[in-house]
Amino acid sequence: MHILNIEDDVETAAYIQKGLTESGHKVDHAKDGKEGLFMAQEFNYDVLIVDRMLPGMEGLSVIKELRAAGDNTPALILSALGEVDDRVTGLRSGGDDYLVKPFAFPELLARLEALVRRTDEDAVDTVLKIAGLEMNLLSRTVKRDNQPLDLQPREFRLLEYLMRHTGQVVTRTMLLENVWDYHFDPQTNVIDVHISRLRGKIDKGFEQPLLHTVRGAGYCIRKPT
Amino acid sequence: MALNYALLFSGSVIVLLGYIYWSTARYMVHQTDATIEAEIDGLAEGYRSGGLPRLSQLILERVSRKPAGMGVYLLTDQQLKPLAGNLDGWPRVPLSPDGWLNFSLENGSMDKPHKARGRSYLLRGGFYLLVGRDTFELDKTRQLIDHTLSWGLLVTVGLALLGGVMMSKTMLKRIDVINQTSREIISGDLSRRIPSIGSGDEIDDLVENLNQMLNQIEVLMDDVKRVSDNIAHDLRTPLARLRNRLETLANKAEVNSVEHENARLALEEADSLLVTFNALLRIARIESANQSEYFEVIDLKTLVLDVAELYEPLIEERGQRLELKLSDSPTVHGDRNLLFQAIANFLDNACKYTPREGLITILLEARNESEKIIVADSGPGIPESEREKVFRRFYRMETSRSTQGNGLGLSLAMAIVKQHRGSVELQDNNPGLRVVLSFKTPPAH
Repeated sequence: MHILNIEDDVETAAYIQKGLTESGHKVDHAKDGKEGLFMAQEFNYDVLIVDRMLPGMEGLSVIKELRAAGDNTPALILSALGEVDDRVTGLRSGGDDYLVKPFAFPELLARLEALVRRTDEDAVDTVLKIAGLEMNLLSRTVKRDNQPLDLQPREFRLLEYLMRHTGQVVTRTMLLENVWDYHFDPQTNVIDVHISRLRGKIDKGFEQPLLHTVRGAGYCIRKPT
Repeated sequence: MALNYALLFSGSVIVLLGYIYWSTARYMVHQTDATIEAEIDGLAEGYRSGGLPRLSQLILERVSRKPAGMGVYLLTDQQLKPLAGNLDGWPRVPLSPDGWLNFSLENGSMDKPHKARGRSYLLRGGFYLLVGRDTFELDKTRQLIDHTLSWGLLVTVGLALLGGVMMSKTMLKRIDVINQTSREIISGDLSRRIPSIGSGDEIDDLVENLNQMLNQIEVLMDDVKRVSDNIAHDLRTPLARLRNRLETLANKAEVNSVEHENARLALEEADSLLVTFNALLRIARIESANQSEYFEVIDLKTLVLDVAELYEPLIEERGQRLELKLSDSPTVHGDRNLLFQAIANFLDNACKYTPREGLITILLEARNESEKIIVADSGPGIPESEREKVFRRFYRMETSRSTQGNGLGLSLAMAIVKQHRGSVELQDNNPGLRVVLSFKTPPAH
């Protein structure tokens, strides 16, 4: 991925830069809003990381300008302001995702990858396939090695989201936001139980597991190597 | 209260007027008695110096000198036969041992008998002398005083009662206002102040002082909030850096090495610290926030079903049972994510404390313009004395110190409910805890 990081805090910028570079991505850094807007318009990035509070020009204004000019490069807003109103304002200004500081790096990485992938998600798939696992979105059925699996509606949505992000790590909060459609902090790892139930249905009795837990980050569905 | 004051006041007035009456009457009687005694002394002196003729002459003089009827004189022989004076005969009343006697006077010029008081005196030689005073005028004066005082008393008591009632009524009204405002403040609205009527009296002074005290409390509370907010905010950044460094360290270390494991554990600690800090900041922000412009009409049934669906596998895994009794589609005005968080926190708590095989119930009821969400568990419950405290930040009951959690879940839920102008009540579920959340029904559009 080619990423533009618009961030005024040197420490945070370095941390993001280092992490993303180590994960094999190319990162450019802009240290204020105006520079960020200029760079975003000049080069073709896959995704933007935009801090909300920036000198010169506010993060949300940068995104608004870009959208007004017809630039739909996905943008992730990074902010110390995490309350509902801030989130809603951020997302309404044209941001595609919202992450509150401080964040765990895997969360940022997972969300960036999901954002970039979303662009090709728009293509309407009717069947999702990984190895022997097959999901038919029209008949709403799931089979593994041609053996039908009985999934509850929520399990179906959970599996669909994981399969649409095959090979990517998805975090628990991403699942809550996208599968359950609620943004909240669970006191207990309720998601884990859902995942282990789903795992019991799609992996149990098959030689190769597809659904993996990524320690300290989240979950991932991937082809057996 | 009014009655007490009126009684006290009337009592004092009665005592005062009674005293005035008593001392006036006594003075008047005393005065009469003194005059009579002086006259007897004078007459007895006359008798001693000039014998009976001198006495008779003196009596005659006095009878003619006094205004008609005022002085009463009688001189008799041993058989009480009148010798001189203006009385026809010795009054037919028993003689008292001290010589004083009260009798009535009758003669043609009076429409009714007058009262009189006199003293008898035995002269040497066996003559009896009676000197007295017609007390008619005196009695008239006393009656006048009687009348005046009685009416005065009646009017005073009447006025006292009326005044007392009126005063206590206005007083009670003002105290009611103070009580009402205090209750509102106790229920959480610290911005309320007691209205002053500007009369400058003692109650107004009290109101003024109470208001200043409230200002002071509000300032202090704000200070405390700001300080804890600042601490959380200022510590969050270095903590985040610490976390990031630990992460780098963990990533550099060889997987499955001791260093890697230690760094991982330290990272987890840092993460849980950050979670706590974020929760604190979140509570502070929600508490200081008003109703949001993004509030919308929320269908509580959908919301509760979603929470229940999220927790259902966890509850099943723990061997507990979940029962839902949801009435149809009550709505509240609010934020769906925050309300979800609040209900989830209460349900989470219920799961934590309900034993295996235990039952957790969620009820949804619409009643009297208010929507109730009830989360009931069959755990150990919370003793009455602890119920207020569990909503405090970091508060954990002795019995729950071993269970996981940071002691902020209920504080956060409470802050959310309050932001939505709702209320939380903890009740006994016999056994277990029953959490009743009440929200006002939004007005129909």
